[in-house]
Amino acid sequence: MTEAAHGDARVYSIAEERAARRARERAGGPADDTRPRCGAMTAAGRPCRNYAVAGGRCRVHADRRTPARGQPPRRPAGLAGATPRSVSPAAERAVTGVGAGVGAGDETGASDGGDAQAGGAAEAADLAGGRAGSGGGAAHGSFAWAAQELERRGLGAAVDGLELLRDAADDRFLDALRGLIAFLRRRVTGDYEIDHFGFDEDLTTHVLMPLLRPLHRHYWRVTSHGIEHVPATGGGLLVANHAGTLPVDALITRLDIFDQTGRHARELGADLVFRTPFVGELARKTGATLASGDDADRLLADGELVAVWPEGYKGLGKRWADRYKLQRFGRGGFVATALRAQVPIVPTAIVGSEEIYPLLFDLRIVARLLGLPYFPVVAQMLAVPVLGPFALLPLPSRWIIEYGEEIDTAELGPEVAEDPMALFDLTDHVRERIQGMLQRNLMGRRSVFL
Amino acid sequence: MAGRPLALWPGARLTGPLHGTAREEAARTGGRGGRGGNVVEGRRVLVTGIAGELAGMVARALEERDDVLEIVGIDVREPQHDLRRTEFVRADLRNPLVARVLEAAAIDTVLHLSTTSAPREAGGRSSMKERNVIGAMQLAAACQKAPALRRFVLKSTTAVYGSDHTDPALFREEATPRTPPRGGFGKDATEIEGYVRALGRRRDDVDVTILRFANFVGPRVDSAFHSLFSLPVLPTVAGFDPRLQFCHEDDAVAVLRQVALGDHPGIVNVAGDGVLYLSQCVRLAGRVAAPVPWPFVSGLARLVRQAGRADVSLDQLRVLQFGRVVDTGRLGEELGFTPRYSTRAAFEDFVHRRRLQGVIDRGEVVRWEREVYDFLQRKGQERFLDARRAHREDVR
Repeated sequence: MTEAAHGDARVYSIAEERAARRARERAGGPADDTRPRCGAMTAAGRPCRNYAVAGGRCRVHADRRTPARGQPPRRPAGLAGATPRSVSPAAERAVTGVGAGVGAGDETGASDGGDAQAGGAAEAADLAGGRAGSGGGAAHGSFAWAAQELERRGLGAAVDGLELLRDAADDRFLDALRGLIAFLRRRVTGDYEIDHFGFDEDLTTHVLMPLLRPLHRHYWRVTSHGIEHVPATGGGLLVANHAGTLPVDALITRLDIFDQTGRHARELGADLVFRTPFVGELARKTGATLASGDDADRLLADGELVAVWPEGYKGLGKRWADRYKLQRFGRGGFVATALRAQVPIVPTAIVGSEEIYPLLFDLRIVARLLGLPYFPVVAQMLAVPVLGPFALLPLPSRWIIEYGEEIDTAELGPEVAEDPMALFDLTDHVRERIQGMLQRNLMGRRSVFL
Repeated sequence: MAGRPLALWPGARLTGPLHGTAREEAARTGGRGGRGGNVVEGRRVLVTGIAGELAGMVARALEERDDVLEIVGIDVREPQHDLRRTEFVRADLRNPLVARVLEAAAIDTVLHLSTTSAPREAGGRSSMKERNVIGAMQLAAACQKAPALRRFVLKSTTAVYGSDHTDPALFREEATPRTPPRGGFGKDATEIEGYVRALGRRRDDVDVTILRFANFVGPRVDSAFHSLFSLPVLPTVAGFDPRLQFCHEDDAVAVLRQVALGDHPGIVNVAGDGVLYLSQCVRLAGRVAAPVPWPFVSGLARLVRQAGRADVSLDQLRVLQFGRVVDTGRLGEELGFTPRYSTRAAFEDFVHRRRLQGVIDRGEVVRWEREVYDFLQRKGQERFLDARRAHREDVR
């Protein structure tokens, strides 16, 4: 972009000039550019950095009644220094994220200024000039372009209304809103990172966890003990009982750990999960991966906390009569994985998940026809004729999650992973520990729902 | 090239002088390409599929090296690249001429880059298979008989790992595919690898390197993803979001050059760091996705292919369902090669250089965010309201 300077017809590039000036300033020397600057304040409240043309003002501010340099801009006195108010981390991320777009914005601002001046729209020139002037590396421009647009379309009242709403709103709400727009921008432009397994932390932390939180706190009213046994750093293998027809316990346990330690437990899921449309996609994005030795080894080697439900479908699809009876723990592959990686095993007991969908029958023939591991007939289905689809909501049992004392695999040594008998013993040991914790918590609870 | 009467470029055919001199020389120097008594180590490289973009770039990269004495390119089409000293032989790989070229030019390094994944370009799927698999088989047979040969480099693909929901998150080189590719490009590549590995077994003195490249992206090399991202709306499989990895063509050229001149036998995965979801690619390219239920996907692909909008073989569609990611640890550890472009950088470069930017403009989104952000930031600052009121008064 070039622009004719004052007096002589020298043509220079704004971007080059600015870069050169910054380089000089960074080098420490005083700015050797002694041409006078515009004396006005921009709409953003900063001194205008354009060169002065006549009367100590730049072309943009020449005939404007903008405040002179040094004077505060038109603004209530009490708020003069209050620009950067409490900014949440999310909002800060938003600002840094925006940084990339600043250069482009400045140039648009400058050209807007030129157009508006030609058209004689002094107001626009003032605002746009402010934006052009605020370009010296500042991370935010000014709210001008959108407002102008709205004004032009006769929606000025809407802007007024929005401003009133904004001024009435709570600061915490505004912070959340800032976080939200930053999140939306990241999602729309694809500006987020995923790991090799497909874990989308941005989506999980900002959307899925908040959606689950009311269920955790208010619906199932989870109480948990023993979070200190979950390793705060480094690898760990969490082993828990699985129940409830749908694998809701995995999600709730995961949220419970995240809220208390800030760590994302990476679930190992069955292959059916990843074959199922939408479910598989979501599972990958929340950081789950296939329950295979390869993936588990890799996660543990990366120092991740891995959660595994070794009962699998046998646990999920067991009948009401068998509730809280642990099924076979797979083939003990999880123990071998923990031994190879030399990470502690955290036995975990979840009480309450059995009661969310009491499973009365398992229609095996239907399951086999559909290629599913089980086809549940849950108690709620009996109520469907009366209550309609609402009957199918899970029951609001009260949950207790206990993280047991970790089992140290380091003292056994990695060579035990090659010894099947030792593996079976350790698997049984883990299973008994979890069964014991289940019994204790079952005895301790007053009622299923209260 | 002094003293060599062989000026086959451009478009020349194999002619007499090549035979005598080179063969004598090869006999003198034991095929290592020394020149007349001086101990000048140098390579004589054969590049197959020279008309392809990637092969052209590799040949150009090799031309810059002094230790590459001779580069011979083979293809059925005449290359359009700006090559300076590469000699061109117009021949099909199934032609016995290939064996003669290998011997006559005393080739010690073969870069087999002619495997194609585009059926239409190759004249139909059966012709593509014929060229890919039978061509490689014949080439491997010819190489087995070539006395001077010391290195064989195969450009393969990560498609050999297949794509399935039971796949591990990352494929290592030694992993066997859970579901081997049943047809198309992936199966061709598996079979070609088989022939090339057999060559390595039978000739102990030949180092065989198989490079399994992730999908190429870049300004010049065409790939399935280029045709996919040039569609107005991007069809995806509803309910599935594959993880993808890309390899930038510049990295591909660099690694091929390094392997051709170095000494790295074995199988190596080549891809940029990191992973992208297809949905993320769509957003990075500012496009709009149109999810299609899986049962309709192959029908739609057939329509698209018939309309001539994309040259995709149907087996590649499975990747759109489950994706595929490989472990690139060996690339760094054994080859000491760090890709210049991560998967994401490669993709962004591809979008930028090919001008694939779609309907959603990134700058515009960022601008809107700033506007809203600034609006929120100005809580309690009535300056803007004032300014607008002043403006209204001015207008009046």
